[in-house]
Parts: sequence; C-alpha cells; structure tokens
Amino acid sequence: MSFASRHPWVWAYLATSIVWLITILFTGGTSAGGLTQAAFTFAAFSVIVGIGQMFVITLGPGNVDLSVPATMTLAGTLSLKYMDGGEGLVLAGFGIAVAVGVVVGIVNYALIKLLRIPPIIATLSMSFIVQSTAIWSNRGLRVKPPESLASFTTSDIGGVPNIALFAVLLAVFAWFLLEKSIYGRWISAIGQSQFAARMAGIPVDGTRFVTYVVCAVLAAICGFLFASFSGGAALNMGAEYLLTSIAVVVIGGSAVAGGNSNVPGIWGASLFMFLVVSMLNTYGFGAGVRLILTGLIIISVILVASGKFKTGR
Amino acid sequence: MTDAAQNISVVAAEGVKVHFGPVKALDGVDLTIEPGECVGLVGHNGAGKSTIVNVINGGLAPHDGAVRYAGRDAGTGIAVARANGVRCVFQELSLCPNLTVVENTRVMHPELRGFGWRGRALSIIRAKLDEIFPGHHIDCTAAVEDLSIAERQMVEISIIFARVHEAPRLVILDEPTSSLDAGLARQLMDYVRRFVDGGGSVLLISHILGEILSTADRIVVMKDGRVVASRQVSMFDVGSLVQAMGNVVKEQARNATVVQSSGTPLVDLPAIRGRGLPFRAHKGEVIGLAGLAGHGQTDMLLSLYRTLSSDWLPGQGSAVAFVAGDRSLNGTFPLWSILNNLSISSLGGFATAGFVKRDHEKTLGEDWKKRIEIRTPDMKNGILSLSGGNQQKVLFARALSTRATMVLMDDPMRGVDVGTKQEVYSMLRAEAAVGRTFLWYSTEMDEIRLCDRVYVFRDGVISAELVGDDITEGRVLEASFEGEAA
Repeated sequence: MSFASRHPWVWAYLATSIVWLITILFTGGTSAGGLTQAAFTFAAFSVIVGIGQMFVITLGPGNVDLSVPATMTLAGTLSLKYMDGGEGLVLAGFGIAVAVGVVVGIVNYALIKLLRIPPIIATLSMSFIVQSTAIWSNRGLRVKPPESLASFTTSDIGGVPNIALFAVLLAVFAWFLLEKSIYGRWISAIGQSQFAARMAGIPVDGTRFVTYVVCAVLAAICGFLFASFSGGAALNMGAEYLLTSIAVVVIGGSAVAGGNSNVPGIWGASLFMFLVVSMLNTYGFGAGVRLILTGLIIISVILVASGKFKTGR
Repeated sequence: MTDAAQNISVVAAEGVKVHFGPVKALDGVDLTIEPGECVGLVGHNGAGKSTIVNVINGGLAPHDGAVRYAGRDAGTGIAVARANGVRCVFQELSLCPNLTVVENTRVMHPELRGFGWRGRALSIIRAKLDEIFPGHHIDCTAAVEDLSIAERQMVEISIIFARVHEAPRLVILDEPTSSLDAGLARQLMDYVRRFVDGGGSVLLISHILGEILSTADRIVVMKDGRVVASRQVSMFDVGSLVQAMGNVVKEQARNATVVQSSGTPLVDLPAIRGRGLPFRAHKGEVIGLAGLAGHGQTDMLLSLYRTLSSDWLPGQGSAVAFVAGDRSLNGTFPLWSILNNLSISSLGGFATAGFVKRDHEKTLGEDWKKRIEIRTPDMKNGILSLSGGNQQKVLFARALSTRATMVLMDDPMRGVDVGTKQEVYSMLRAEAAVGRTFLWYSTEMDEIRLCDRVYVFRDGVISAELVGDDITEGRVLEASFEGEAA
C-alpha cells in the first residue's frame, strides 16, 4: 500500500496487465507475441508526445500544450516532402522536423507571454495556424519516406521494436531530467507556486519557455517518426494524440494541478491506452461503443488511482 | 457606567477579548460610542484596531466579553450589526470593479429592489456624492474599474453614507483618506462633522493625526490589545498622541553596533515616485523598513528583488535572496520535503552539468538542521509537517545558504515563537558581521530596534531615516503618522 502511494504509476501498470491478460485469454493465447509487439510500437509514439506534455503539465494549473497534433502533422509533412524519398536526406529531414518544433514552441510561449493569453488558448490558436500551414504545404500529396527510414521505424532488434527502444531511451533521459536535474526541480517548483519559485531565485520565464519548446520538439520528432512508420504523412495523423498526450500523463499518476510528475507512469498509461482499444476490438464492438467504453475505462482508472493515493492537492 | 448611558450608546463593547492561537489580539477592551460622537481610534501595528473594528461590525465573535448595540443584548454577527445601523468602509476597497457605481450601490443596499431600482439608486448615490464631495466629476453609470483609485474611495464612502430606508447610525471609516488628496480629505472631514452634528456616530481610524485631532470629539488610543487612553480631543496634541501610542517605560537600550555606512552603496534608489527620501544600502548593514503595515514596504522589497534577479537566465539571482513573511503566498513549496524546500535556491552551488549531487544536498540539510534546530526527525518529511515557526526557519536557511550578498526579509517573524526569534536574531548579527546586508521589513518595534539604520514608510514612500540611537519607538511612530492633515 505504501509502495503504491509513493509510486502512483503502479496503478497504470496494474490496469495494463489486467487488460493484456483479458485480451490474451479471449484469443486463447495465440496472439500474445503480436499483440505485445504492436502495443510497444504504438505506445512508443504516445510516450514521446506524452513526455513533452508531462513537462508542460508539471508547470502548474492552466499549462497544457494543445498544439501537439498540429505540430506532429506539420513536422511529418514538411520533413517527408523535403526528403522526397531521398536516402541521403534523412538527417536533414530530421533537422527540419526539430526546427518545426523549435519554431512552434517559441511562438507558443511568445503568445503566452507577450499577449498574456492563457496557454490553453494560445496553443489551441497556434494549432490552427500550424495545421493550416500543413494543409497548405501538403495539398493531399502522400510522399513516401526514404526506404531506410521506413524500415528503421518498422523493424525491431531481438523482437523489441526500434521505436520502442528509442522511446525507452527517451523516457530514461526524461526521468533523469525530472528527478535528478536542477531543471526538474525548477519545473516542479514553478508548478507548486510560481510566485514562490520566482522569489526563490528560479528564472521562471526561462524555464517555462524551454519547457514549451521541449514539448513542441518532442511532438515534432514523434510526427517525423510516425509519418515514416506509416508510409507517409497524413493530415489527420496527429488527431488522436491530442487526447492521448494528456490522458497518458493523467493516467500515469502525474498531478493534473502540476508540481508532481513521474515518467514510468507515461509508459504504463501508453500501453494501457493501446491495449484497451485492442481489447475492445477483439470483442468486436462497433466504433461508437468502443469510444464510450474507452472513456469509461479511463475515468474508472483515474478514479481508482486517485482514491488510493493522495496527490497532495 | 450607568445603565442610562448604556441604553443610549450606539454600540458598547465591554471587556472584549479575542485571541488567535496564543496571540492576544484584544485583551479586555471597553469601547462605547455615543450618538452624535466622532471617535478617533489610533494605535501602532498590531495594537488591535482592525480587530475591534471587526468585532463591532460583527465579522468576529468575541471570545469573552459582550457587544451591545443600542443597549440591547441582541447577540453578534454581521446581520445584527447591520440591522443596528453599523456600516463600515474598509481600508481595502471592497467595490466590485466590473459593476457600475449604481449596481454597487444596489449590492450594498439590498433594499433597492423592484421596478426602477436603477433610477432610484442613481438619484440616491448622485445626491450623496454631491453632498459629500461637491464638484466631483464621477459618472455614476460608469463601471468602477474605469474610475481612479481616489474616485473609487469617494464612491465607496458615499455608498456607505447613503440612506435608502434607514440612515446609518454608526459609520466606521478605516483609513478613509488613504487615496484622497488634501482637498477631498477636507471635504470628507467636513461632511463627517455635519453627519455627527446631525446625530450620527463615526469611528475614524487614520494615520494622519491632524485629521483625527481636527475631526474627532474623543480619541481612543490602543496598544497591545488594550485601550490605554480615552480622552476628549482637547486634551491631546500630536506629541502627546504619539507618546500615548508608544511604550516609553519599556524602551530598552539598543545593543546593535553602529556599522560603517560609507563608501559605495550596494543599492542606491532614488526617492519613490519622486517623493520622500532616497534609499541606500551598504555592505554589512542591517536595515529596517518600519512604518504601519501596508505602506509600501513589501512592494519595495518585491520590486528590488525583481530588479536584481532575472526571470529568464539562471544564476542572475545570486546577488539577492528573499525570505517570505506570507509563507503560503511566496515561500514554501507544499508538495516538497523540508530538504528540497531548503536547497532550492542554492542548487547551483553543488551540481555538475545541471544535475544535483544528492549527497551534497543531504549534507547541507543536516548542517542547517543542526545550526538552526529545525525540529524534525527526518529532513525528508514534508514541509507542511513542520510548525509555522520551523517552516520559517527553513526559509531562513534557504536564503542564508545561498551566496547572496543581500537578503530581503518581508516581515518574516509573524507568528514565530520567542525562542526562534532569538536564534534568528543572533544568526542575522553573525551574518551581517561577515559582510551580508539585510533589508528587514518588520511590524514589530523590538526588531526594528535591532537594526543599524531604519527607513520609515508612509503612504508608499520613505518619510524618515533613523540611525543609531535615534531608532526609538517614539521617532518611528512620529514618522509613521502624519502630524498635520495632508
């Protein structure tokens, strides 16, 4: 009990294991390998955007980045269009994706700071601009990614998908950043009380700025990888990641009010989100029922988790 | 006091005691206000002025003693006070900024109801404004947020004095002229006299002693939760009022040493808003910021801190550290352990490549735990598990563990027990001796007397600078209260 209260992410893993078991039992164990591999691949994309969103949510009430889906789409579109299937341009394409993230992050924070718009409005309006740019530059084309990039994103090493390995490395790095670095202390302090953080000598604006840029860059990298993985950028490719990026943070046991976050929960929650959908698919529910059930299951996991531990707020 | 006298008093407080925890805010206060009388109420910070006002207007129930309105024992409470014609203009303006003047009148006077209330409210408030402040140019249909601060205060005062069904019997004016210029203040005081001559009563609180002396019939002086003097106004002058507020008997010899205050100052600020005295701080000085609470001391500390530290780049704040007085507002991080709360400002000192060295942090925690005796079994416990005084010690340790050359303190000893205070005082002295500068806003006279040099604030500007043996309660009071009407 005390372990669970100190580590709120165990609930996400518990729920994940249960859903995994139910699905495997239903299919008679035949699909265990494939399901697990698929889960790790798709969860990896949620982890990449989820970690960025987690840093932003840690900054405290009102902080959230709603431009994640649009940034994913624009980064995927622009970088694939530039590479145009050319093998030698993979690094340059990656650079373009990162640049898209940096620009979106800078403009996001500029809107928040200079125009004093609440982050939720600023990033939402930003997402319209970014999405429109993507539509304008895409014009319905579907450019194939370079062969080497496509095979990298779809293959695995010893059964573990490359994408998942990347997301695990990223998660480990994010964990170190959050738990061990001064930057991690700073965002947690700002999330608890911005005024107190300022008066403790923390460069509040600098820290928030960096965090919004990091979140946008991670979304852009995710868009780049996802577009390569799925054989081309699509205009709606980011859509489902709006809810997902926020849901994995919350289900993962991070405090919605900010100041207290954890990385392991992001992985648990991302696996859970994918497995719930697969489980409902396995049972053969229609799309409507599936969405309703997904919502209900997410709500109940959050309720169970928050009933068992105190977030301090 | 005879029964007959009691029966006609608008309000009579007898032996009222109020305590907040161990702090006695009111220690047996008797205060009666007769019809047709203007009572001036004066006293220094923490004397109990606001508390007795709150008891009279029903906001606070006394823990002991009784409050009678119009001689009847009708209980206490805001509704009872209001039913007996007690109305209060608060120091913090209490209008709704998004509503118009007319709508604010309706908020204060719920009797204004039914068809056409706007028209009636408009004529009532306009008439009252014309009566109190002839020649004002306030548009009563404008939203309050579009009015200047002085106009808001005029509107609030007029709303309170306005009569809908029943005229107010007692109006409490708490620093009513704080935003008004001399002419408007004069108009208000003239109106107060007319109101009183017409049979109403006023309880007037002001830091401008000239106002009190020229308007009140009787002056009540409070100190340490008691009424120490209550006499007709003719028996007071500015000097004797200041003397009555102070505590001449308890005056102790200062034991602070005079610090060399020459050479290039660390901080050199021009006079605030072009009025009053400039501000200067030298290395190794303990500088007190005195005066009545809320007269610009905290604002000055915050703006100085913001100037000296950066919001964008790390490491720029190393010149200055801040000790909060209002811990929950800008001090503690509630989700964190004691250790994390302590180390947050000095993390840069023991980190490599941006990562915190945990063992160094732990050593720092144990070190300070011993030095200022933070009473906890484990520094990893949550900060909120500590008592207020111990939380305050953590905030001190946070500031002192930095390399900051200057420490700003925002009345940090509020609610701290005596033992802790003595520990912190000696630590301040030791730190100042090795060259740290302290800017110390305090509302307590004992602490102000520990300082090398003191700036007294009044109305947001520095009204006096006291050095060495000049730092006495009398001098501080004299500078906190304005002698003549503004």
